[in-house]
Amino acid sequence: MSFIPGDPTITLPVIFAALMGLSILIYVVLDGFDLGVGILTPLATDAQKDRMVASIGPFWDANETWLVMAVGLLLVAFPVAHGAILTALYLPVALMLIGLILRGVAFEFRAKVPAPKKALWNRAFFGGSLLTALSQGYMLGFYIMGLDHSWSAHVFAMLTGFALTAGFAFLGACWLILKTEGGLQGQAILWARRTLWAVAAGLGAVSLATPLVSARIWDRWFSVPEFFVLAPLPLLSFALVAGLWGILRTRQVADDGFAWLPFAGASLLYILAFTGLAYSFYPFVVPDKVTIYDAAAAPESLFIILIGVLIVLPVIAGYSALSYYIFRGKARDLRYD
Amino acid sequence: MDMLDTLMLSRIQFAANISFHILFPTITIALGWVLVFFKLRYARTGDPVWMDAYFFWVKIFAVTFALGVVSGITMSFQFGTNWSGFMERVGNIAGPLLAYEIVTAFFLEAVFLGIMLFGFRRVPGWAHTGATLLVAIGTTLSAFWILVLNSWMHTPAGFELRDGVAHVTSWWEVIFNPSMPYRLVHMLLASGLTVAFVLAGVSAIRWMMGDRSQAVRKTFRTGTVMGALLIPLQIYAGDLHGLNTLEHQPAKVAAMEGNWQTGSHVPLLLFALPDEAARENRFELGIPSGASLILQHSREGVVPGLDDFVSEDGRIEHPPVAPVFWSFRVMVGTGMAMLALSWATVFLMRRGRSMDSLPRPVLWAFVPMAFSGWLATLAGWYTTEIGRQPWLVQGVLTTREAISNVPPTLVLSTLLAYLAVYALLLVAYLGLILYLARRAALGATAPDAPALGRPVNDPVQTIERRTA
Repeated sequence: MSFIPGDPTITLPVIFAALMGLSILIYVVLDGFDLGVGILTPLATDAQKDRMVASIGPFWDANETWLVMAVGLLLVAFPVAHGAILTALYLPVALMLIGLILRGVAFEFRAKVPAPKKALWNRAFFGGSLLTALSQGYMLGFYIMGLDHSWSAHVFAMLTGFALTAGFAFLGACWLILKTEGGLQGQAILWARRTLWAVAAGLGAVSLATPLVSARIWDRWFSVPEFFVLAPLPLLSFALVAGLWGILRTRQVADDGFAWLPFAGASLLYILAFTGLAYSFYPFVVPDKVTIYDAAAAPESLFIILIGVLIVLPVIAGYSALSYYIFRGKARDLRYD
Repeated sequence: MDMLDTLMLSRIQFAANISFHILFPTITIALGWVLVFFKLRYARTGDPVWMDAYFFWVKIFAVTFALGVVSGITMSFQFGTNWSGFMERVGNIAGPLLAYEIVTAFFLEAVFLGIMLFGFRRVPGWAHTGATLLVAIGTTLSAFWILVLNSWMHTPAGFELRDGVAHVTSWWEVIFNPSMPYRLVHMLLASGLTVAFVLAGVSAIRWMMGDRSQAVRKTFRTGTVMGALLIPLQIYAGDLHGLNTLEHQPAKVAAMEGNWQTGSHVPLLLFALPDEAARENRFELGIPSGASLILQHSREGVVPGLDDFVSEDGRIEHPPVAPVFWSFRVMVGTGMAMLALSWATVFLMRRGRSMDSLPRPVLWAFVPMAFSGWLATLAGWYTTEIGRQPWLVQGVLTTREAISNVPPTLVLSTLLAYLAVYALLLVAYLGLILYLARRAALGATAPDAPALGRPVNDPVQTIERRTA
């Protein structure tokens, strides 16, 4: 462990918290866009549905693997917290899993079953995507409220459930602006405009709620000099929302030169929001109860995982990039042959 | 009492989950290699029939893979929701093994699956075959890591307990724990056999539907020859695995043999009803000294008995006997049926005789035998997993100690929800395979569309889709 600076019982948990945070962030942005596309399918015609699914078909499986990675890192690096968090989130986790199962298989079934059954699998695809997004939003809200079974926590969690669902729909719409053209792209611009306000409301609600629930988080944000150091975070987010609103109202967004802008902006917004949350909760992994240092697995075990992750992660990044490169440009029909 | 209910319900839930899950990797592990084989045969012979076979089976691979992924994600969460004690006690060992499975296998297969399925017109032929190969390697690597962990739970090694928590002393010993090589080989062969009989079974169904295409004939031959080659290897590997279990988990072997008292001249029981209350068998029918011969290679060989695994204060420390005893017999019986059918068929098809020369009952027999791999795999896993009880990690952690404190009603509600979803998906999966078989048999495969994407000049990509 010689190349790890400092005390490994401090350094390793920090590294793993960062890796887990990175995985969650990558998951939220990547699976966020394909869940969002699923949530938007009922608004589209049957031909458009095929094109929408084609835009995410080659990617969704790898996107979802980041969830396994994030939960895996929680499981392996912070085993105590994994049990505590997932036991507290028992029901929403089960609902999310059923949602993930339904949409994952609907991808395959809808493309292969006889025509009359396709509508059924389209509904399963939408229902699964929606259920997944709602449960994940619920879990986020409930986690922010400290995994505490109070009425206010459940109500807030439901609100974040709707907010994250809208957020994913927004991300999905931005992805469609990038990956489609013509009428569907025009629709996607409209969808993005309509969901942006919900994203803004959700971000605002979470930003207000977190410091109010926890005195510790209040202190982290509203003391000098932190307040001024951190000020760019909310300001930048606000500017991004305004900028996205502006872009989505222009004609140029449909041009290929600018079609990437909404998705890039939306991703940046998620990165900012996530950074804010991560700053609020660090160093706790179970809010205000268990720190990453208390929950961490033995340093020898973390070290052996770290070696593997450091070797393999760049390879994964490389071939993921290759896949996005191979399927670059506007989405076309999905076919095996 | 409440904890017992949660324990039983959680066990049933995990068993339902993992039983449903294993059906799909059992197919994809070996089917990935079969797809590579089809592509290589095409590259070698230039015969487009191999690509017909590839395009039919890649659809089944895609659906099977998706079912495997989604049911697998469920399990990574259930470790935390239902079995938090597992990671708290042995997380230092299980964690890195699971992490290596994720980073070396899951991403590899997920990313290259996209290229394998949808990249045929976007990448050169060699790259597409390469993607298929990487997917096959990914599924096999995934099997490797998870079987390392599972084997460690049966024969833990390379660790020490500090304050009840397992800490690694040697990763080499953890990974190459005593039962790992046997279990890995046994499972990989099981996957090969499952796919062999699925290939042959689905081809037989297409044949019954009137499909006389070369693709059906070639796939049927691939399946039967694969089955005939693998089954003797599997019987040998299974025997070695059994001897390994005798050394490390004698209570499991005692339950498999239904043997209550340690002694020599133990019969090989063909039928018995183990009675746990009376601690004896009823209606025994067996081959004299058979178990002694198989396990110790001598009639005088001593076979452990279940009565050795009852503590002085009467606590039972061996697994429940009847389920282990019967699952083992179902597995072995299915294996014998595989042996009989595949060898008989290879014999009937010797010297290039075609499927036309096969008697109809033989072809019909392949239809139910399409499920033989699933049946044997499940029965084998029930034998080994129930056979480890009451331990979760043999000698280190009992199943009861690992349970999360979740209200039983909550576990029951999620269990029912999972069961409903699984039943639905299983019906849809089998229905889809039948539908694909019928569509292929009717020659109504997807009509040729004009080439999409950039022009292709690779021979693999420019072949015409032949409609059988």
